[in-house]
Amino acid sequence: MKIIVVGCGKIGTTIIKGILAEGHDVVVIDNSQSVISEISDVYDVMCVCGGAADCETLDEADVSKADMFIAVTGSDELNMLSCYIAKKMGAKHTVARIRNPEYNDKSLGFMKQQLGLSLAINPEMLAARELFNILKLPSAVNIETFSRRNFEMVEIRLKPDSAIDGLSIADLRKKYPANFLVCVVQRGEDVFIPSGDFVLKSGDRIGVTASATEIHKLLKNLGILQKQAKNVMILGASRTAYYLAKMLIGIGNNVKIIDKELRKCERISRTLPTVHVVAGDGAEQDLLLEEGIASMDAFVALTGMDEENILISFFAASQNVPKVISKVNRREFASLADNMGLECIVSPRKIVADVVLRFSRAIKNSEGSNVETLYKLMDGKAEALEFNVQPDFKYVNISIKDMKLKTDILIAGIIRGRKAIIPSGEDVILAGDKVIVFAAGQSMNDLSDIIG
Amino acid sequence: MNYKVIFNTIGRVAVAEAFLLLLPTAVSLIYGESCYMAFLLTAMFSFLLGVLLHLCFKPKNHVIYAKEGFAIVTLVWLGMSAIGAVPFVLCGDIPSYADAFFETVSGFTTTGASILRDVESLNHGTLFWRSFSHWVGGMGVLVFVMAIIPNVSDRSIHIMRAEMPGPVVGKIVPRVKDTAKILYLIYIALTAVEVVMLLCGGMPVFDSLVHSFGTAGTGGFGIKSDSIASYSPYHQWVIAIFMLLFGINFNLYYLLLIKRFRSVFRSTELWVYIAIAFVSSAIITLNVFPMYKNSSDAIRQSVFQVSSILTTTGYSTADFNLWPSLSKGIIFVLMFSGGCAGSTAGGLKISRTIMMFKMVGREFKRMLHPRTVSTVRFEGKTVEEQTLQGVTVYFAVYMLCILTTFLLICHEPFGMETNFTATVSCFNNVGPGLAGVGPMSSYADYSVLSKLVLSFAMLLGRLEIFPLLIALSPSTWTKK
Repeated sequence: MKIIVVGCGKIGTTIIKGILAEGHDVVVIDNSQSVISEISDVYDVMCVCGGAADCETLDEADVSKADMFIAVTGSDELNMLSCYIAKKMGAKHTVARIRNPEYNDKSLGFMKQQLGLSLAINPEMLAARELFNILKLPSAVNIETFSRRNFEMVEIRLKPDSAIDGLSIADLRKKYPANFLVCVVQRGEDVFIPSGDFVLKSGDRIGVTASATEIHKLLKNLGILQKQAKNVMILGASRTAYYLAKMLIGIGNNVKIIDKELRKCERISRTLPTVHVVAGDGAEQDLLLEEGIASMDAFVALTGMDEENILISFFAASQNVPKVISKVNRREFASLADNMGLECIVSPRKIVADVVLRFSRAIKNSEGSNVETLYKLMDGKAEALEFNVQPDFKYVNISIKDMKLKTDILIAGIIRGRKAIIPSGEDVILAGDKVIVFAAGQSMNDLSDIIG
Repeated sequence: MNYKVIFNTIGRVAVAEAFLLLLPTAVSLIYGESCYMAFLLTAMFSFLLGVLLHLCFKPKNHVIYAKEGFAIVTLVWLGMSAIGAVPFVLCGDIPSYADAFFETVSGFTTTGASILRDVESLNHGTLFWRSFSHWVGGMGVLVFVMAIIPNVSDRSIHIMRAEMPGPVVGKIVPRVKDTAKILYLIYIALTAVEVVMLLCGGMPVFDSLVHSFGTAGTGGFGIKSDSIASYSPYHQWVIAIFMLLFGINFNLYYLLLIKRFRSVFRSTELWVYIAIAFVSSAIITLNVFPMYKNSSDAIRQSVFQVSSILTTTGYSTADFNLWPSLSKGIIFVLMFSGGCAGSTAGGLKISRTIMMFKMVGREFKRMLHPRTVSTVRFEGKTVEEQTLQGVTVYFAVYMLCILTTFLLICHEPFGMETNFTATVSCFNNVGPGLAGVGPMSSYADYSVLSKLVLSFAMLLGRLEIFPLLIALSPSTWTKK
């Protein structure tokens, strides 16, 4: 597929990297020559230097032949205009980043339709939703949902004194009878799709799939269920903070936001009057202590600086805040902070790249079995996909143990109607099901890709 | 420095060269010549070496940074020439290895300067390999390897940049691999058309192949001692026109294919190239008119010589050594100009020359109006200051290298004109010079040392100086 990406900021480059790995032909547009030459040195893409809404530039990039056009410049209006022109010039699908809350309220649907947008992405909103999911279930490091939240995958870090250290997965299932599946394990740099005799060690990061209630039960049995956060402190009055605070207030939590810019604080307190807003420098430990960080259930660092987020999160962790989440955009920092023991990290860049990848795969096989959901897990080394099974799928009604699955592939769940099935060897896939598949070290476009 | 990825890539190229060597083997067999063994043995050696390198160096990290790119290109070109020279020695056509190396470098760099006094007595296999090396070197070996190997690293643009001539190397499609493929397909198609057109005029199959290879790579190795002179006017016109065609930026052919005619006709470089060819031919025609009886001869001779030298091919239909000084002077200046960027031609490249003139114009304006702010525009786009600086620096290094080469060979007792034109001609990958190295003479009389210096000059010219100099400077190889 031919994909055009406009704007090579942080999110733009993450998207470029993701879609290049999928084997698409990529054309990049940016108005800064130095950014363009940097990109052309590092990635195998064609670069065009010019304005995002300039017809001549778009023509040079051959927009008329593009299957997908992604506008992620810094300005919402420019993205919309650029997508509109691209659509009129013949691009098949257009994707725009629209982050301003004004555009994201009720008018979004109308605008999407009028501009012919296939997808509008709001990184801050997506990040806030992810943060919200984690705060609802603080025991997990990361949560991904499938099939309208009927089915979840939670990532748990096994603590040094974990009860399941040294247990094989088969033993684990015997010891803690619940309907779940351990589908991916990260140990150091390596990622495994574990079989029954795989032995878990403390320090592992494991991904468990089950329906939401079963997960609750399992965590309780394991004794690592933390109660849902009630008092949340957010550092940085960014857009993400705004969306997150709005969601948290919605379920009756107490939210405190700290930011050093008075203007930002005022804006938040005007739009969300129930939030406790404090204007002050969050890097000052005294201020945090004064505002009662030690008695908080959760601390979320959302300033624009990765470094600040990481360092202040360490301070929060030292004050025994049960759940500390930091926003880290740079991949390099994320893995560093992870190694240093900061366990919960959210990266808006990655979230957006996942959404775009999912969309691109869905376009690519609009005839085959559609990709409903796609998540990149464990630093991008594994992925989880949800497929809609089409009637013409060849392996319908064959039990899973008789399918010759490729290695490092696992069928983690089958959703039939409203029922989530954790499949055993005897289960079968039927047309109309949703199937959740985990894969390590390979990328899949179609459900039949799982057969070796 | 990632040695593994460097030697692994070199291994791949050695395997590719082994397969290329099978073609002259086949030609020798067809003509029943004994020298097929020489080619076959070299091919086997090259294959084994390649496989060995490929197996011994399994890179973990496939990333090629600029440094590795320069090193790969330099080592590949040196190694290829070293291997390519072996069959000449083995089959006895060129007994001395230094001579054979000169001949092969001259082949791969598409120079066409020869140390052979009598080409007509050579084996067909040898003649074929000489000309085929032009064809391979014209578009670049690594570009060829990139087009055929399965997984190309994201940063392989560095290799392409080091091997493709011109101030800015742009891709025509998003992927390096696909770009390389398209360029090679255009190259093959144009060559095939030329072969067919030569065949139609009654040229023997072998001759048409060899001459098409020489034209396509803008090389210039002939198979007759008087180059193209003994062929019919039709053949001379066909070759003259194809030489000009191969001097045009290949990206323009792609634009023609995808029907972007307007961008092609708006290309400043193309029009300047045509204008240079036209004006120089016209002046030379008037100048040499008294020497030839009729106007058609005069026009043909001058157009052929101009397109041959302008595109740095080096074929000749007349001994321009005997022409008046004005014509010789124009021919000499054309050696510097070269063809368009992104073509198979050598020399400075028209686009660089245009940019330099525009910069000079801007400096004039600045001297008159010191506060002027102005940008240089080329092909409808603003040229970055960095690119302009690159062009200026390139020109400076280019002149320095030519002068250094000249200093190294000026002790040879052939006179100033011979030595200097030999240097310029080799450096710009033209082939013939004036006086003692004119179109009807050869480089045979130079000493071994001078031949090596000139071989190096040819490589410098073909790879546009920097890759070679950077790869050979010690600081590239130390860990600093």
